[in-house]
Amino acid sequence: MSDQEPKSANIVPGSMAQVGVTMKYTFLDYLRSRRFLILLTIALIISVLLTFLVAHYRPGSLVGSSATPIDFYSIWWGMFASFLVVLSGVFFGGDAISGEFQNKTGYFTVPNPIRRSSIYVGKFFASFIASTVILLIYLAIAVANGLYYFGASVPYQLGESFLFAWFYLLAVLGFTFMLSSLFKTSAYSQLVSAVLLIIGFGIIQGVIEALANTEPWFILSYGSGIIPNVLSVPYPTTTTRFGITTFAVTIPEGLAIMGIYFIVTAALGLLLFERKEFN
Amino acid sequence: MVSPSINIVDLSKSYGSFTAVSNLNLKIEGAKCVGFLGPNGAGKTTTLKMLTDLIKPSSGQAFINGENVHTHKKAALASVGTLIETPEIYPSLTPREALTMIAEIRGVPRAERRKRIEEAVAEVRMDDWMDKRVGKFSKGMKQRIDIASSLLSDPTILLLDEPSTGLDPRGMSEVRSIVKSLKEKNRLIFMSSHILSEVAEVCDEVAMIDHGKLLVYDTLSNVTTRFSGDQDVVEVGLMRPIDAAVVSGSIASLAGVVSADRVDDRTLRIKFSGGLDVQGRILSDLVGMRIGVVTYKTTGSALEDTYLNLIKATL
Repeated sequence: MSDQEPKSANIVPGSMAQVGVTMKYTFLDYLRSRRFLILLTIALIISVLLTFLVAHYRPGSLVGSSATPIDFYSIWWGMFASFLVVLSGVFFGGDAISGEFQNKTGYFTVPNPIRRSSIYVGKFFASFIASTVILLIYLAIAVANGLYYFGASVPYQLGESFLFAWFYLLAVLGFTFMLSSLFKTSAYSQLVSAVLLIIGFGIIQGVIEALANTEPWFILSYGSGIIPNVLSVPYPTTTTRFGITTFAVTIPEGLAIMGIYFIVTAALGLLLFERKEFN
Repeated sequence: MVSPSINIVDLSKSYGSFTAVSNLNLKIEGAKCVGFLGPNGAGKTTTLKMLTDLIKPSSGQAFINGENVHTHKKAALASVGTLIETPEIYPSLTPREALTMIAEIRGVPRAERRKRIEEAVAEVRMDDWMDKRVGKFSKGMKQRIDIASSLLSDPTILLLDEPSTGLDPRGMSEVRSIVKSLKEKNRLIFMSSHILSEVAEVCDEVAMIDHGKLLVYDTLSNVTTRFSGDQDVVEVGLMRPIDAAVVSGSIASLAGVVSADRVDDRTLRIKFSGGLDVQGRILSDLVGMRIGVVTYKTTGSALEDTYLNLIKATL
């Protein structure tokens, strides 16, 4: 390198600034990645299909004369938001850390004057923002359709449901980042994340409810029930029919489940990443 | 400016019953190039990884510029450029973006960032690829960008793990030139390599390791003198073919010459003892013999002999 001009001394920035740098470039990588495109395509396919089906068949429960905006959004948003959150978590978080080992990108970033925690948190935020972009696009299309059918009458519960979905996203990413820190192979961490979040938790929840007749308060997907529930009027309650109890998670319970999942799994994931070795 | 330093104290790394590095002690100070040699599995990369937080030691400590790598990583690695294995860069980023990320992480002043990145990329001759996505690059091209990344912050210490591995002959030669030029700029370079001639050409000192234990650390000349029977080797290039009888007769009998062999009809390999004085006198004698000497250079063979002697002793 040229020594003709004296170089100023480098001052290594603080950890928070380094979180921002990691976040910025990981987000840029995500935005240009195939996974972002695939996820965006999935969100658009769901949106386009719903737009076409509703416009063509005009189902009475959604856009009929007796239907309300909240009915409309409970189907359009409530049914698919959790699915999109889970998919985003798997796509962006499933290999966020394991990829650093398998693809050797960690060899580019870790041997720098930066704490591993800054890399972890930066990547977490990048995944969170990328997932939020997908959710917002889906929400925007839902709202555009809602405005077309019901005018400017957007129920406040849709805002609540979006905030709950956002909170659920934190918990899902915490969980996927933890699994991602556990494995060194991207395929394993993504597969385990997908199986557990898309199928596993649902099966466990069903078994516990049906066979043990116990509220599955320790299952993340049970907590996410508040995302569609808040769009139901009146808010669903736990009911028992023919000896079978159908549990309905309350908003405080749902928030507590998601919050605990987020804190515990994100911290565990960070601890695992701190201890993991590049060998 | 404080003299750059690496201090490894009782450093060990075990994986179950396997010990990769065993109570390694090594103190390197000052601007110089130190070659880190050893066979596969000797513990070279493990040691370099422990110096860069890629793995944690089982026991012992590593200090860079007086800072403990594992308790004060940011301070320890602040002025260290590293190249361990072949790091991959996020494939959708361009070299400019990837290097800007490293420059921002390392706190390269904003006003100098662009210039430093362009200089570093020019140094590894990747200017034309500055704004192309890394995902399409060959291994050698990525290696060049990795080298540029290690130079970016103008480090006082460079930790290089087989830096020319994966490069074509031109790339290897360029890496050697880069390392040589960096050595002249008050930097401490600690470089593992399998290529003994490369180490002999660019390094001032060598540290040899095997089975996780340090065998020797000294200047190149001291090590070769101690462990290769005080013998050096020069390779002589000739402008015209030489008769085998001249080689085995007059040249082999020159004072200080241990053996003289014809590599081909225009190249000789002369092993001698007696250091630089004898080396100079042999050159003078050869020129006096009017055999058409056009090149005269030492080879890494003395280091190779040393290496083989030391490694053999630990088998």
